[in-house]
Amino acid sequence: MKVSITVNGAPREAEVAPNTLLVELLRGSFGLTGTHVGCDTSQCGACTVRLDGKAVKSCTVLAAQAEGCEVTTIEGLGAPGALHPLQAAFQETHALQCGFCTPGMIMGALDLIESGERLDEASVRAGLDGNYCRCTGYHNIVRAVLLAAGANA
Amino acid sequence: MNAMIGQPVRRREDVRFITGRGRYTDDISLAGQGYAAFARSPYARARIVSIDTTGAKTTPGVVGVFTGADLTAAGIGALPCGWLVKSTDGSDMKVAPRPPLAATQVNFVGEPYAIVVGETLAAARAGVDALEADFEELEASANLASAMEGVQIHDGIERNLSFHWALGDAAAVDAAFARAKHLTTLTFANNRLIPNAIEPRACVAAYDAASDEITLYTTSQNPHLERLILAAFVGLAPEHKLRVVSPDVGGGFGSKIFVYPEETAAAWAARALNRPVKWTAERSESFLSDAHGRDHLTTAELALDDAGTFLGLRVRTRANLGAYLSTFGSSVPTYLYGTLLAGQYCTPAIHVEVDGVYTNTAPVDAYRGAGRPEATYVIERIVETAARELGVDPAELRRRNFIQPDQFPYETPVALVYDTGDYQQSLERAQKLADVAGFPARRAAAAAKGLRRGLGYSCYIEACGLAPSQLAISLGAGVGLYESGEIRVNPTGSVTVFTGSHSHGQGHETTFAQVVAGKFGIPIEQVEVVHGDTGRVEFGLGTYGSRSLAVGGSALVKSADKIIEKGRRISGHLMETAPDQVDFEDGVYKARGTNRRMTFGEVALAAYVPANFPEGLEPGLSEKTFYDPKNFTYPAGAHIAEVEVDPETGVVKVVAFTAVDDFGTVINPMIVEGQVHGGVAQGIGQALLELGAYDESGQLVTGSFMDYAMPRADDLPSFSVDTTVTPCTHNPLGAKGCGEAGAIGAPAAVMNAVTDALGVKDVAMPASPERVWRALRGA
Repeated sequence: MKVSITVNGAPREAEVAPNTLLVELLRGSFGLTGTHVGCDTSQCGACTVRLDGKAVKSCTVLAAQAEGCEVTTIEGLGAPGALHPLQAAFQETHALQCGFCTPGMIMGALDLIESGERLDEASVRAGLDGNYCRCTGYHNIVRAVLLAAGANA
Repeated sequence: MNAMIGQPVRRREDVRFITGRGRYTDDISLAGQGYAAFARSPYARARIVSIDTTGAKTTPGVVGVFTGADLTAAGIGALPCGWLVKSTDGSDMKVAPRPPLAATQVNFVGEPYAIVVGETLAAARAGVDALEADFEELEASANLASAMEGVQIHDGIERNLSFHWALGDAAAVDAAFARAKHLTTLTFANNRLIPNAIEPRACVAAYDAASDEITLYTTSQNPHLERLILAAFVGLAPEHKLRVVSPDVGGGFGSKIFVYPEETAAAWAARALNRPVKWTAERSESFLSDAHGRDHLTTAELALDDAGTFLGLRVRTRANLGAYLSTFGSSVPTYLYGTLLAGQYCTPAIHVEVDGVYTNTAPVDAYRGAGRPEATYVIERIVETAARELGVDPAELRRRNFIQPDQFPYETPVALVYDTGDYQQSLERAQKLADVAGFPARRAAAAAKGLRRGLGYSCYIEACGLAPSQLAISLGAGVGLYESGEIRVNPTGSVTVFTGSHSHGQGHETTFAQVVAGKFGIPIEQVEVVHGDTGRVEFGLGTYGSRSLAVGGSALVKSADKIIEKGRRISGHLMETAPDQVDFEDGVYKARGTNRRMTFGEVALAAYVPANFPEGLEPGLSEKTFYDPKNFTYPAGAHIAEVEVDPETGVVKVVAFTAVDDFGTVINPMIVEGQVHGGVAQGIGQALLELGAYDESGQLVTGSFMDYAMPRADDLPSFSVDTTVTPCTHNPLGAKGCGEAGAIGAPAAVMNAVTDALGVKDVAMPASPERVWRALRGA
């Protein structure tokens, strides 16, 4: 079957099997390898992307379900020299080590920042509950999200 | 002076990671690649009666099916264990051969026995489903506690005992116990952990028929060691016909040190099929087949006199090795464990005995800390318990027994010589930072809310940068423990650094560049750090045991010094000044007493365009070093955990965690703090959440993130972290290593706090709500 999706602002089309996952489409057909797979079962959050402006775990969304939608991946957020403030905050606060969970963590945290709610340490920790990081102990990730949200980190 | 040392330089590798430009193994795709899937044992122990591959081979899209028998027939050897441990009777440890694919018997659930390669991953998986394997299920020994009395797993290995190892003076310990006024005894388990780097293991292998070379991209912490083992022991390909590339690696924590069946079989299949083969583990495969960590059963006894002085320590441990000896599985519960049992204390007599036992479970090997967390747990739990039994403040009892600063170098009764340290200073700093003085008030406030608050210490020591090579080899290590560091100054003055260390989150591209740029007085942007490729880096032993900066960084310092010296000769010649009259400061060679100057870049160009050159000196500006340390380094510190327990639910919350560590000289404090955070998180995970559990039949019952509780953001507090500094005395940086301290110190601190809160002697790790609830009710 054919799917037509807007990915990072550009219209894309691909021929996929009906059981193709969104993450397989992004990584395989579109070569967007910034989105990672850590568990295949929606537990780790490494595959988090934005679908019509909301974070989803792309290992649990069929490519077909994204038909006609806008998908934003980490590659569409900001580039070297033109980083999104959240990306910049991750570097500034040393919120990543191996970097594998980072794209999903950033895409998930965007929802928190754009929610408009007042963020503090507890709400950020609760909000990041769907994303595993094994390297940082989350300490600096929490600081990064608060920094990007304009809260006191 | 190196102006870059101590600077929190923002990491240079981050930009590619935060923009999705990292290049991990699964991101690499080669033209024409097939996809591998593995058939894995559903049984903990079974005889392979037959494997019918007909259905698999005729499955649409399947291009290759190979069993253990195929690999054996092709001369592929067993995966070796790289550390030979001897039993107390002088005999060698008993090794059960571990073929990459099981051929005659499977010995743990998840052990691979066939590889299927397909045009697509779906085809490969369909091929696995179409394999018809006939197993005769055998009784298993999956429980460590009963494994020595259980069914014998391997032919010729009685009681499933690989080795009975001991260290220390048993008679001296007996004498100490005879005159002791107080004895404290503890029996506990150090729970099995499953490392779970977020990037699953993966590989892509390609064979080039023209050059007869295999290139293996894989998630390895030490690509040169992988190549050495695959060439010398497994017989995959000659070392010079095998290139191992370890690109960006998404966390390792030890689990990616080892040579595994999957990349071995995939690389072999790539050559057999003459096309690239790719494999990426599913998370369930990671749970089943990555090497697990810890898993000890221990009884420890501490003898004290009236004044609370430690007289002797006796430790008996049964260590789970899993079904086979993994690459370094034998060294972890012996040389990386028993040697650390002195901790920070002047205990005069120590004796430890360890039974290394096979079980029908996944192999157990190094996981962050590797033996040292287990040792710290023994010491720091029993010291805290002794203090409570004697009614002495736990910090005070530790103080009375600390090795004092004027006692270094200090030789322990368990074969180590600590070079330097100041344990009192770390403890005092930690007590201040944690506001221990205010704890009684906080405890009372918690009690008023119906909560139980507890505080626990852990004053750990670790040994990092295992060395020197001669000693390690004499104790059974199969490889040296030096590191290589090469620096090539390019003609334009930029610098390319080649290190045998490997970064999989540690930030070497920044820290090592700081070291080198600072040495040469050039901007860090002019320094590139290359690692993780046997085709680019001459040799290396990789990254584990917090060794990279102390060993790999020191190699780079030595190479930089050689380059600076050569530059002195070149610039002296050009400035018509004797080399010993040339000073090198801030990137400039200066002829003493004159105004003649040459920049580092000008000297580099002169080295490659030798129009006017010192006689007898070779052109070029490139140097390398194999640095073999004289001793281990000994990071140490004091960790303090504060917890609150809800007696109604048994839920334990870590409300504060303070870590004051002595890592020697710190190059990048930002990165060091991050390493501590991550280690502490894993340590808290061990104490409160994580357990790798098998049932009696050998099925892994914690085989997914639904069942294996790894810390999430809301399971942890923010951490309070600081350092003290006593520089390492025997390497040129004064650095000790920081990667594992958190995971080593934290479990005992948390469990001391939990038992303090509950007022009980012991609770098993992980201190789950159920266990805590039962402990409160004596149930």
